[in-house]
Order: sequence, then C-alpha cells, then structure tokens
Amino acid sequence: MEQVKTRGTVRIDTERCKGCELCIPACKPGVLFMSEDRNTIGMHYPELLAGCTGCTACALVCPDFCFEIYRYNEPVFIEVQS
Amino acid sequence: MSRQLLEGSEAIAAAAVAAGCRFFCGYPMTPFTETLEFFGKKLPEVGGVCINAESELEAIGMAWGALATGVRAATGSTGQGLALMQESLSEITRSELPLVYFNMARGQGDYFQATRGGGHGDYRHIVLAPADVVEAVELTQLAFYLADLWRNPVMIYGDYLLAHTNETVEMKTIEYPTLPAKDWAVDGSLGGTGKSRNINPIGMSKLKHEIEPESFWRRLNKKTKEMEKAEARHEQEFVEDAEMVVVAFGTVARFVRHVVREMRAEGIKVGYIRPITLWPFPYEALSSAADTVKSVAVMEQNAGQMIDDVKLGVLGKAPVLSIGGISSDEAGFGIGPIHDAEDVRRRIECGLRGEEMEP
Amino acid sequence: MSNDAKVRQNIISTDVVPEVPSEQLIPFKPDLLLSEDHHLCPGCGEPTAVRMMLEAIQELGLAQKAIGVVGIGCYTALTGVIDTDLVQALHGRAPSVATGVKRMLPDSLTYGLQGDGDMVSEGLQEVIHTAARGENVTIILLNNGVFGETGGHMTASTVVGQRTKNTLDGRDAEEHGHPILISEMIAGLSGAAYVARCGVFNASQTVHTKRILKKAFQTQIDKKGFSFVEILTMCPTGWFVPVIEGPGYLENVLGEIHQLGEIKSCD
Repeated sequence: MEQVKTRGTVRIDTERCKGCELCIPACKPGVLFMSEDRNTIGMHYPELLAGCTGCTACALVCPDFCFEIYRYNEPVFIEVQS
Repeated sequence: MSRQLLEGSEAIAAAAVAAGCRFFCGYPMTPFTETLEFFGKKLPEVGGVCINAESELEAIGMAWGALATGVRAATGSTGQGLALMQESLSEITRSELPLVYFNMARGQGDYFQATRGGGHGDYRHIVLAPADVVEAVELTQLAFYLADLWRNPVMIYGDYLLAHTNETVEMKTIEYPTLPAKDWAVDGSLGGTGKSRNINPIGMSKLKHEIEPESFWRRLNKKTKEMEKAEARHEQEFVEDAEMVVVAFGTVARFVRHVVREMRAEGIKVGYIRPITLWPFPYEALSSAADTVKSVAVMEQNAGQMIDDVKLGVLGKAPVLSIGGISSDEAGFGIGPIHDAEDVRRRIECGLRGEEMEP
Repeated sequence: MSNDAKVRQNIISTDVVPEVPSEQLIPFKPDLLLSEDHHLCPGCGEPTAVRMMLEAIQELGLAQKAIGVVGIGCYTALTGVIDTDLVQALHGRAPSVATGVKRMLPDSLTYGLQGDGDMVSEGLQEVIHTAARGENVTIILLNNGVFGETGGHMTASTVVGQRTKNTLDGRDAEEHGHPILISEMIAGLSGAAYVARCGVFNASQTVHTKRILKKAFQTQIDKKGFSFVEILTMCPTGWFVPVIEGPGYLENVLGEIHQLGEIKSCD
C-alpha cells in the first residue's frame, strides 16, 4: 500500500466525452487514463487516479467541457494498492 | 415647412434624415455619388454617421450592422453596385432587418434586379418608384415607415434624371402611425441572462441545436404574402374610357403623364397606369383596365422588363405592345431621348397605330 | 494482479463534488456559455478558444456590453450557446457588420468571430479595411488552416505542405501559392493598435490566449483603435491526422509559419 499526496480532484462528465484523449498527455501528474468501458455515445472516457494536483490542464484542453476542477484546502493522502 | 429648390439627391437625403435615418454609407458611383455626398453633409448635423465605404460589399455590411442596433439605416448605389450587394440584400431580408436602400439607376434596366432580386432564396423587397423629386421626398419617408412596419427591406428606384433634377420641394416630415419598439435589436444588455439575442437569417435561436429553417422561412413567406396584398400602389388617369392605356414607371412616367393629358385635351382616348410600387406590382389595376381597353402599351427605358409584369396583370385579355426601348445618352448614364415629351408622344402614337417600337 | 486490475482498483470517483473542504477552480463551463453540448469534432480547438473568449468577457465585466458578429464556419454552431447579443454575418463580412454596430453603439464591446476561410479567403478586404480605418472593434480569428465546415479545404492560410481535401499531396507553392500571414499584414496598418497571435494547443498557451484576448478587449474599451487576435486551433478532421496528434501538428506545422507572439502592441 502506498500513500499518494493528492492536492485536488476533478468531476468528469463521462457522458459528454467524445474520446479525444487530449486530457491524457495534458495531465502533468499523469493521473488520467482512458477507461475500458464506453459511454452511451460509444466513447472511452477519462478516469482518475490518486495524485491530482488541481492544475486545471485537463479542463483547459478539453473541447467538450467535461472537467470541473477542485483544489483541496489541505492536501489529502490517498491509500493505493501498489 | 419650407419650400426649397433642391436637386433630387439632396431632397432624398433630406427626406431620409427627416424620417429619422441616422446611418448611411456607400461607394461613389454615377449617378448615386451625390446622394452619398449629401448624406455625408446632413447626417453629422443630426448626430448621425455617414461612412464612405471602400466597396459596395463593405457598404451593405455596415448598413447591416447599424440596422441590427435598431437605428434607421440606409445605403444605396446604382445598378452595378447593387449587383455586388445581392447576397447581403437577400440575407438581410431573412434577418428581418428594415433596410431602406436606393438605386440611383442608369435608366430603367434594373427593373428585374429590383423586383426579382439578384440574391439567392425566397425574398421580396417593396420597391417604390418616384416619378419626380416631390414624390421622392414622400416615398423616401414612406420607405422607412414600411421597412419598420414589415421588418423588410424597401428600395427606392430612382435614376440619373431624378438625382440631378432641381425641383421646388416642401420638406415636410410626414407623420406615420407609431410602431412597436424594436426589442429585437442588439445592444448587449441581455448578455449573460440566457435571453441574449441573435439576429440571423435562418431562424437560429439560443439553445436550439438544430436549425429548423423550414418553419422560419415559411413564416417569412407568409409575411411576404401579406405585404403583397397590402402595399401595392399606383396612379392612373383616363383609364375608364381609354382605347389604349400606357403603362410606365419612374421618370419616364412623368413624361407619359404629361403627354397623355395633352393628348386627352385633343380628344384622343388614351390613358395611363403608373405603378408606384414595382413590387408589389399593381396587377389588379392592369387586369381591370384590360377588361375595357383595346390595347395596353408599355413604355419603359430598357429592352423589356416591366412588360412581363404587365402581361401577368393583363393575362391575355388585351394585346400588350412594347413602345419603350433602350434609350441612352452618350455615356450610358440613362438620360435618353425617351426623356422628352415629343419622343414619348411619337411612341404613344405608334402604339395607337397598333405598332410596337424597336427595343 | 494485472496492472489493469491494479489501476482499476485505485480509481477515484469523479462524479461527485468533493466532501473534503475545497475550492472550485474551474466549473464545467463558463457563465456565458448556455450549454456544453455541441456537435464539433473530438479534439477541435474552437470550443476552447471560444471558452477563453467568453471567460475574458466575463472577467472584464463586459457581458452586458458585448455584441458579437459571427462569420460562417464550424464555430457558427456555437451561436446557439454563446450568451451575448449576436449578429450573424455572411462569410467574410463580419468586420463591416461589426463596424456598423460599433458606430451606432460606441460604448459596446463589439467583437467579431471568424475562421480563416471566412476571413483570409473570402473576406480579406473587409478585415483589412476595417483595420485600416482603425475601427474600435476586436476581431478574433480562429485559424486552423482549413475550411473546416465544408470538409477541410485549402484556405489562404493553409501552409505549404499541408494536406487538405484539395491539396491531397500537400500545398505546393508553385501550384497553389503561398499562405497569407494575416496578423502580420494587419499589423502593418496604422489603424491597427493591437495584433497578437496565440494558440490553444496546450494548457499554458490556452491560458495565455485568454490574457491576450483581455488585452485586445481592453484596447477597445480604451478606444485605442483596432484590435486583432488570431487564435490557432486544431482541426484534426480537416488535417487528416489522428486527434491526439492535433496539438503537435498545430504547434509544429501551422505554428511554424503563423508564429505566436504579440505582433503589435500599444503599450
């Protein structure tokens, strides 16, 4: 088990995602990855791992307004399976 | 109320300003140039704006923007310049903007352009054709009222003779019934409310993801039909017992009117019908005259354009003769031998013999 | 346990607002956008550019003064969700319409929104004349080097070597001529007060785009003259590149010729 320092989080509207994947390389801490599942329009959508810094890059590059960005007042530590 | 000796271009500009026009723009071109110059002089005096546009395309675009803000705005040119504006003239109509525009034409060969329109799609413009400067002052003011009433462009069909003839004019502001406020006009104020405006020619509205132009265009068409029923205007004299009735518009009709009165005084049974609106064309007047006359003679300064509408009005009830034709000065600016009482008389006599004139 | 399974075990829920005390940095959409739904392609740069424009207007407090004049291209579809007063213009003709609006409403924030096909091909004279006259309007160009809406055809902005539907082997200078660098052309006019080129191919450039838009709008508010912002946007559909390569193509192919920077400034 590992504790990952996480400064923020996102809400993702997975149904609106068109699967362009631009958010994946844009994410500086590399905590976004495309799902295996598909949404109702048949697209893979981004899913989130621990370690988000709330840098807002994903929201800035997403053409479909799929992200809402939050920064925690205090960083939290999320337990993850290594 | 003052009586002044004014040339047509100046009278028209003064009449527009009297009607509340506060924006004009245009590109210099004979015989429209002086109209632009006079607007350029008069508008700043009332806090209006006149822009010397770099081309007719810019001119119609600027008028479009000014109209969108709800002001009374106008532009114009001669036939060639209006030819450049056709796409915008068509779209402005479907954007339901109340444009008034002037064709100071080089003769009467722009009748088709004016009444059929050279732009794409379904649209009609009300076209008013003054016979003299006094009538131009009245029709210019009427144009602004009709444009606002119907939210549809209205054109004034003038020409070189009208623009450059000096006449005594009483510059009187005509009062019209009050019109509803232009709450469709853009001013920015509804930004961020969810109810902001979009002045557009396809029926696009906020939060509608599909444009449904069909229902929008159908509504416009209904409006066009109402305009057609309501706004036809004409002048006629001596038709009831006429053997032949002469149909003419604009400055040519002024000569026709004069000559017909002269011939009537001599006992010749001739009458005239003068469409004041080229669209809607006064078909009923033609139809009714065709019931009693022996022939209908069309005198227009072109190769034969209004004659199509005359034939539609007459619908075969009487023979339709062409006694007009191409008639020009050396420069092609549109003052031809036809602008002369003797020439007009010769043509009418030709028609009375049952003959047509060579176009 | 496979890597995939491990990853799936650690997925953070992204469909709820955080319970831990936090600050919302960016909402789903800006206030002046009525809906996030649009039919533009995956990876299109235009919604991002429009987002920056709307946020700039909002942040400057100009929402109730803004009047947009919109050209014709893919972005025209967004007129259904842009919550400022708008006038729809014809292809190429927005600058003149914007002139008419601004002359009658000099205290408004009159902006134009056009694509490169609309502005640099069809409407070149309009934007040049409007800039030369020094009209106090802000004209915004969404430049993706193609006519996107018709399927990706060559415009006057398309760079040499760029593949489009009518230059399938790449634009050839001898056969198709050279691109027009519109920002540089406009900057050469005395009536132009502020001219800048930016892009939305990564997050920091996107933020920079908003800064530039604010400067341009401020130029108008300060009545300093004509302001022009060219925003390079991705069109992977029109470029025949995979969506994920769009930003790189923009930066390296279009961006090489249409270079970023503040080309003319009045400070």
